[in-house]
Amino acid sequence: MMDETSHLLFYMVLGTSLLALVVYGVFFVNQQEKLRHLARKALLAAGVLQTLYILLRYFEAGYTPITSQHETIVFFAWSVTWAYLSFRWRYTVKNFGLFITAFVCILLLVASIAPRSINPLAPALQSLWLPVHAGVAVISYGFLALAFCGGIMYLLQEHELKSKRFGYFFTRLPSLDALDQLNSHCLAIGFVLLTLGIITGSIWARQAWGTYWHWDPKETWSLITWFLYAAQIHQRFSAGWRGKRAAVMAIIGFASVLFTLWGVTFLLGGIHSYAQ
Amino acid sequence: MPSDTILLLGVNHKTTPLAVREQLALGKGYAEPLHALHNIAGCKECYLLSTCNRVEILMIAHENDQVEDRVTELLFGTSVAPEQRQKYLYTYRNLEAVHHLFMVATSLDSMIVGEAQILGQLKEAYRHATEAKYTGPILNKLLHKSFSVAKRVRSETQIGASAVSISYAAVELAKKIFGTLEDKNVLLIGAGEMAELAAEHLVGQGVHQVVVVNRTLSRAMDLAKRFNGSAAPLEELFSQLEQADIVISSTGAPNIILHKQDMKPIMRARRNEPIFFIDIAVPRDLDPGLNDLDNVYLYDIDDLQNVVEVNKSERDKEAIKARRIVDEEALKFQAWLDGLAVVPTIAALRKKADDICQGELERTLCRLHLSPDEQKIIEKMALSISSKLLHDPVTYLKEENCRDQNNIKIEMIRAAFGLRVEL
Repeated sequence: MMDETSHLLFYMVLGTSLLALVVYGVFFVNQQEKLRHLARKALLAAGVLQTLYILLRYFEAGYTPITSQHETIVFFAWSVTWAYLSFRWRYTVKNFGLFITAFVCILLLVASIAPRSINPLAPALQSLWLPVHAGVAVISYGFLALAFCGGIMYLLQEHELKSKRFGYFFTRLPSLDALDQLNSHCLAIGFVLLTLGIITGSIWARQAWGTYWHWDPKETWSLITWFLYAAQIHQRFSAGWRGKRAAVMAIIGFASVLFTLWGVTFLLGGIHSYAQ
Repeated sequence: MPSDTILLLGVNHKTTPLAVREQLALGKGYAEPLHALHNIAGCKECYLLSTCNRVEILMIAHENDQVEDRVTELLFGTSVAPEQRQKYLYTYRNLEAVHHLFMVATSLDSMIVGEAQILGQLKEAYRHATEAKYTGPILNKLLHKSFSVAKRVRSETQIGASAVSISYAAVELAKKIFGTLEDKNVLLIGAGEMAELAAEHLVGQGVHQVVVVNRTLSRAMDLAKRFNGSAAPLEELFSQLEQADIVISSTGAPNIILHKQDMKPIMRARRNEPIFFIDIAVPRDLDPGLNDLDNVYLYDIDDLQNVVEVNKSERDKEAIKARRIVDEEALKFQAWLDGLAVVPTIAALRKKADDICQGELERTLCRLHLSPDEQKIIEKMALSISSKLLHDPVTYLKEENCRDQNNIKIEMIRAAFGLRVEL
């Protein structure tokens, strides 16, 4: 029964997210305000349904659902959605919603392929640190994903302005300044959360494996990611790395995030790779 | 009502040179001309639009031969000889008049298609006419409709979206780079007229401050005064570039005055703050290579001209869409108007049926001695018989698909039901 509800809820999540994507897409083409409001409501509904789905799964499994691939990806999508919605609350960036929703939908589609079975929790994960460490880390990925989408939009718009041939995107994308600010805000929040994720992880590692730092592939790649973002933030403040360079760095940093999340698990393995 | 005409007469920038338009008697103010128009015999409702590009009169009139002549006389006054008038004037009636009004309201008839000013002018003109109570049911409906058509065109097409002049294009580009221009500094290199024009536009967007650098400092100071800005000699150019966000260059220098290599250290000093160069000088002042630097955006006069051309062709495409909306809305209005023609006949029909019902009921009921409840039932029956009988002729009158035969239909129904009396 609960299993069925859970499946149904997942398809509702997928459906509303895709609906939001379609409406944002139509809004992108014809630029009618009404549609933007509709799309935002759809995305908000998707966000609420995602929350419900994660809660339901929490009660079903009895632990915080960030262990299997499916769970992690859904949680990732949830954090991107809510990072965007919380952000949107403060200021709007024209047509940002389309890019974010597209990303969320890709995640959810991947999640729909991954096996949805609930496995017994590995003994090493039976700890209060699971929600804290994994939760914080994945939420930081949510904000870094915003910076990534903003970076892509920046490059598109910058290309329009530099090439002086104004195609489809020029009027539909926000100003470079807005996108650059978005980049710096999202990175600031994402970076703080990423740091917290690494610190909590290392404390947990001390408890579970005896040492703070193992040089496990996942740890190493987290550290690489952390350095990429740290360098970028440092350079923004010291040398004025902004605009295109910041956008490119946000994209590279996020590629490293994705590799840490999946590349390490599937290519490098290591003791941290629980979700197979 | 069917014999009333919607009459639109006017002159605009396409038909009439400015020198003539300036002389027009109706071109000045609203109160008196409107009053004079309203006094024309046969005029039921009137409205006057007077802008620098057009003078147009819209009138609902019981048409006789004189109305048009009288309006023409009023419009031209003594300034244009009668035989000259016809080549300036255009006259539209009914559907064509409605269509033209919508074209004007949506700016499709404007000198610059897509400009937003005309709608405000239309509303202003309408306000004058309503305040003097010269408009009635038809003009009120028609003008309100024209406002909503203009709105519909704005929201459904991109007609007003793009800049079609060079200085507009510069502002639009600046906004895409900086978002807001409010805290931005403008630097003018050279004190030419073109630079002045472009700067005027930017200052209109509320930029923070304007600095003028020029070879001769006194001219720089003159221009700076106009914008409440400051002046500096050309030698200070590089240090000024560290502060500026938008640079407009228009010197008469024969060579390039700012090279890519010069800009690199300046960008470092600016900590890569974006900078937007507009080079409107011929020959060019600024090294085209500047555009290759990160966070430097360089547009010369040709680039801006291209932006304008692209926008214009975009806008022409949008204008076709807008025209389709206008055509559609004009036809809809015509349908409403035609529907109006049958209203008195329907009312007369209903009144006649009601009168017969009442008469017959009175005669019958006083003979029958029924209880009040029973009386009500009989009354109800009578009314429903009459309304069921009327249903078909009324539907026939209201039918939309043969509106052009309305007059015949009205005549027929009036004859068949003996509604000969004119209302």
